[in-house]
Amino acid sequence: MEKRVTFKGIWLPLLLVLPQIVITAVFFFYPAGQAIWQSLFIPDPFGLSMQYVGLGNFEYLLSNSYYRASFVTTAVFSILVTLVSMGVALYLADRLIKGPGVYRTLLIWPYAVAPAVAGVLWLFMFNTRVGVVTWYLGLLGYDWNHVLNGEEAMGLVVVASAWGRISYNFLFFLAGLQAIPRTVIEAAAIDGAHFWTRFRTIVFPLLSPTTFFLLVVNIVYAFFETFGVIHTITSGGPQQSTTILVYKVYSDGFVGQDLGSSAAQSVILLVLVGVLTIIQFKFIERRVHY
Amino acid sequence: MIIKMVKNFLLAGVSTMAFAAPALAQTEVEFWHAFTGRLGELVAEQVETFNNSQSDYTVVATHKGNYSETLNAGIAAFRAGEQPDILMVFEVGTATMMAAQGAIKPVYEVMADAGAEFDQDAYIGSVKGYYTSSDGEMLSLPFNSSTPVLWVNRNKLQEAGIDPNTDLSTWEQVGDVLTQLKDEGVDCPMTTAWQSWIHLENFSAYHDTPFATKANGFGGVDTELALNSAAQVAHISAMGDWAKDGKFIYAGRRNEGGANFRAGECALFTESSAGYAGIKAEAEFDFDVRPLPYWKAVADEPQNTIIGGASLWVMEGQSDEEYKGVAAFLNFLSSPEIQAKWHQDTGYLPITKAAADLTREQGFYDANPGTDTAVIQMTAKAPTDNSKGLRLGSFDQIRGIIDEELEAVWSGDKSAQEALDSAKERGDQLLRRFEQANR
Repeated sequence: MEKRVTFKGIWLPLLLVLPQIVITAVFFFYPAGQAIWQSLFIPDPFGLSMQYVGLGNFEYLLSNSYYRASFVTTAVFSILVTLVSMGVALYLADRLIKGPGVYRTLLIWPYAVAPAVAGVLWLFMFNTRVGVVTWYLGLLGYDWNHVLNGEEAMGLVVVASAWGRISYNFLFFLAGLQAIPRTVIEAAAIDGAHFWTRFRTIVFPLLSPTTFFLLVVNIVYAFFETFGVIHTITSGGPQQSTTILVYKVYSDGFVGQDLGSSAAQSVILLVLVGVLTIIQFKFIERRVHY
Repeated sequence: MIIKMVKNFLLAGVSTMAFAAPALAQTEVEFWHAFTGRLGELVAEQVETFNNSQSDYTVVATHKGNYSETLNAGIAAFRAGEQPDILMVFEVGTATMMAAQGAIKPVYEVMADAGAEFDQDAYIGSVKGYYTSSDGEMLSLPFNSSTPVLWVNRNKLQEAGIDPNTDLSTWEQVGDVLTQLKDEGVDCPMTTAWQSWIHLENFSAYHDTPFATKANGFGGVDTELALNSAAQVAHISAMGDWAKDGKFIYAGRRNEGGANFRAGECALFTESSAGYAGIKAEAEFDFDVRPLPYWKAVADEPQNTIIGGASLWVMEGQSDEEYKGVAAFLNFLSSPEIQAKWHQDTGYLPITKAAADLTREQGFYDANPGTDTAVIQMTAKAPTDNSKGLRLGSFDQIRGIIDEELEAVWSGDKSAQEALDSAKERGDQLLRRFEQANR
């Protein structure tokens, strides 16, 4: 029998959730509502006049091939950031589960570095003129130039974005791995299961709630919070090879002063991430064992 | 270095406190600007001199981030009804500010209302022209204006066996020198800063070719880009070939190339005349300032170049008393002594003829040969419709598009013609959006 704790009446529970509701309303519903409202207009930057254009801003955006290309860039970027940060974190967590605590502590440090600062750090290492890594690559005969080479630029922003995130993912994976009883794994080993078989049939399924949670969180991170990295390292270039959707929202809104287009892009982004999350919960979560 | 910074900070704090007390009875004029470092110190010095020179007004200068951030701060403040009296806006934001009737108060009006002395003819035509209305009224006060020139590392030329005094006034000649430098194994024969500003916007003005229709946008917001004509395509195409051969090294969209030049790696560098302070401070080699080269094949002789930099806009919605203070401060900034000092300290152009004359009288040009190159280049010819300046909406973003397209040329992904055609098409879309927003 399930044991349930219930409150009598409606006022106390309402009071208890009120702070959360107020915060969500002020910091999410209100601005999101504003964005939806503004996306129907072309306003001038100073707010002196507004012209109603209906869905004109959306038509303008979706008919623009550079905007559509930005979806692909964003997809490539998000998938790479998620894969790299989760992959490396899982590997490290698996290696260090019994390792000295000092490693684990050190691994958490990058998480405290703000994205913009992380961007500058990586930019210094890969600076085309004075970067240490660029210099070593030069010795090996490789001419690193992310200022003109779009693939190198993408690689650099992916690594810089994934780096700080590895710490975060590492923590969760470590906790997840520690929760898996060693006896199960040892029993499988005695039965003759190799490392990969053990990982595929025991560790990964038992780790799936953690992996699923991290997948959702990391994709949202790659979509929204990597702005600082992109802004400091490439500003979306060369050409448009690192212009992800959220960077375009910024550049149209705050460089171009085109608030209508910027608002419409926020709405598109909101819908996109909403749909993605729904898909993840509908289809991937089914395969998660709690 | 750090000790000096702390000291300056403390001194600034002390002086603010010292002047804050009597300021209560004075009218405060708020001034938002975008300068840090040495330029920030020089602005603070100007403000302090003004505050000490009279007792009716106190100017309070605040740094609000880089150019874009300062403009955004001004816009956000206006929307919240908290705008400053004076806002510094970079030249590409000019069309945005001009279109914002109701948010700005034109400088000529501020001066007239305050009954201040104001002679628009005292300002240098090609500097003023960027910021005047089509009927010749000054809308904002030019503050820091510069124009692109060619910087030459004389040692690098000499090492490559080239006479450092060789004539570099045309791109044809520059092309030959680049070939020689490359053959001598120089890694960076040429680099540039601000590629769109120098190699398209100024290139067009300098060759008296339109950058946009409707007199570069001065004639109305229904303007279209015209940057893909034969002259511009030829130049970008030549630059693209140089990039392919390693004769032109692309370092980035802003002034990243400056570090390469100042470190003595590059022989030639196209950059703003305002690069002077930095180059003079850091370069451990002999350098020269030369006029920006032109293509002999396109024009027999060059027109004038146009300016970059920022101007001061007066915001709407302040008291008459404050506007009087603004007028007094703007007049103070335009005075020959202040302007001459600013020009000599920074390499920015003087905004009045009197300041240029004063600098000459003080013997600055004789002591620092080449520092008048920019002034001569700007003022040698009366500006035409193509060389008065640019007035395009969303221009900051259009520059971003041009940067992207030029990068495609430097990396060999697109031909000059394809890239400039595409820049025009994409830029025109933004111009139409701007037209719609400001109808």
